[in-house]
Amino acid sequence: MPLQSLDIIRRSATTSPSPEVRGAYTGTVAKLIDTTKCIGCKACQVACMEWNDLRDDVGTNFGSYQNPADLSDRSWTLMRFSEYEDPKGDLEWLIRKDGCMHCADPGCLKACPSPGAIVQYANGIVDFQEENCIGCGYCVTACPFDIPRISKRDHKAYKCTLCSDRVAVGMEPACIKACPTGALVFGTKEDMKEHAAERIEDLKSRGFEKAGLYDPPGVGGTHVMYVLHHADQPGLYAGLVADPHISAFVRLWKGRAKPLSLAIMAFTALAGFFHFVWVGRNEVDERDEEAARASLEGSRKPEMRT
Amino acid sequence: MSDLRGRDTLLRYSTDVRTNHWLNAICFVLAALSGLALFHPALFWFSNLFGGGPWTRILHPFFGLFMLLLFLALSARVWGENHFAPADWQWLRQWRDVVGNREERLPEVGRYNAGQKLVFFVVVGCLLVLFLTGLTMWRSYFSLPAAIVRPASVLHAISALVLICTILVHIYAGFWVRGSMHAMLRGTVTPGWAWTHHRAWFRQITHASHPRTGSD
Repeated sequence: MPLQSLDIIRRSATTSPSPEVRGAYTGTVAKLIDTTKCIGCKACQVACMEWNDLRDDVGTNFGSYQNPADLSDRSWTLMRFSEYEDPKGDLEWLIRKDGCMHCADPGCLKACPSPGAIVQYANGIVDFQEENCIGCGYCVTACPFDIPRISKRDHKAYKCTLCSDRVAVGMEPACIKACPTGALVFGTKEDMKEHAAERIEDLKSRGFEKAGLYDPPGVGGTHVMYVLHHADQPGLYAGLVADPHISAFVRLWKGRAKPLSLAIMAFTALAGFFHFVWVGRNEVDERDEEAARASLEGSRKPEMRT
Repeated sequence: MSDLRGRDTLLRYSTDVRTNHWLNAICFVLAALSGLALFHPALFWFSNLFGGGPWTRILHPFFGLFMLLLFLALSARVWGENHFAPADWQWLRQWRDVVGNREERLPEVGRYNAGQKLVFFVVVGCLLVLFLTGLTMWRSYFSLPAAIVRPASVLHAISALVLICTILVHIYAGFWVRGSMHAMLRGTVTPGWAWTHHRAWFRQITHASHPRTGSD
């Protein structure tokens, strides 16, 4: 069958192996977003719309260059603009390209109840297969980064695909192609970390002592990483989560609770069955009927049906 | 009375109550199967019963809502019969006699025994928790912060588990105590059934004021 990826390492709601004969032998991929080079031009947003044929509704101006106001089923990436006054009193305009982080340990995939609606490829990309999506929104509940959005039109979940279709045929994602400053780069995760290390060294030499790489270990690392001037304060960048991880509630709900609940239900049903086997039914015998009749003899005619 | 024979029966559940009970039961089965399909991938195939995953997701909340509404209507009818009395606690303490079919050792039971009352209150509690937490998870109509939906989802699963196990016990009890299933299906019980399992209720409806006699 054509167009099979054959490199699925994880598939939602599935315990048997998926087609995974192909591996990522040249390394997993990563997008590196260098917030220190970003000028907020939104070329990446336009490239995403163009390549993926997405046109979001025209929104309203809410007093920011950020447009649209939020991610949506048709806006898979978004420049988030934050104005930060540093301790010296200088204004810093922090711009962060938001979108799916392609976690190595994806909360969406863990929570998804529909087999094959979310897959993770060997190269690290986490992709939604919308034809299998049932629209329950568990991925939205579980995502540590608040990324997936359910469409109001088709009730499917959507998010950045990391241009899995382009990457599969050796091209870089559309946003990377469009970035005019080199703030967006794409390659193997190893190469991207090396590139980031060079950038961080440069930033440190220019006064950004806290510059660093955002590759959060709480979700096993991500295949979209940030270079931040203030890596010690990710929250400055429109609330980027400092230590993202799959919520303990979600881990319980879509982890231990599943087998435990089935076991408890099975135990309850078996307890009933074996109660019958060991003790048997509780039956009324003729003596009880006699006693009841005797009692009735001495009383007035009750509410009866014959 | 001298015209009483073995086949004469007492009315235990009116047509209204029986209708409500079985509509409730149908809603419960549908809600439980569709909910389990969404809860555990091993049971996702239950979604085939409802026309696939999306239809399961669409229908599940409505099954739950109908069950809640029906149960509220039922509750209004039977709430007064389910208050716990000291004899009920004694009945529960003697649970070994209950499961051992040594009913003659138990305190006299009114219209409902303590186990039935417990089922009633567990169902009321679970349905209310399922309703409130379910609303937060109902993404077609509600959009709440993940900080609320996450614990709500856990609570939804736990209360569903408690409800399903309670109903499993309830179903088994209906089979275990012979005559109960017929009572809920056709509404009637024999005098001996009422005498044995719900003697205080038997006395009440037969206006028997004299103390118990005979077999005990």
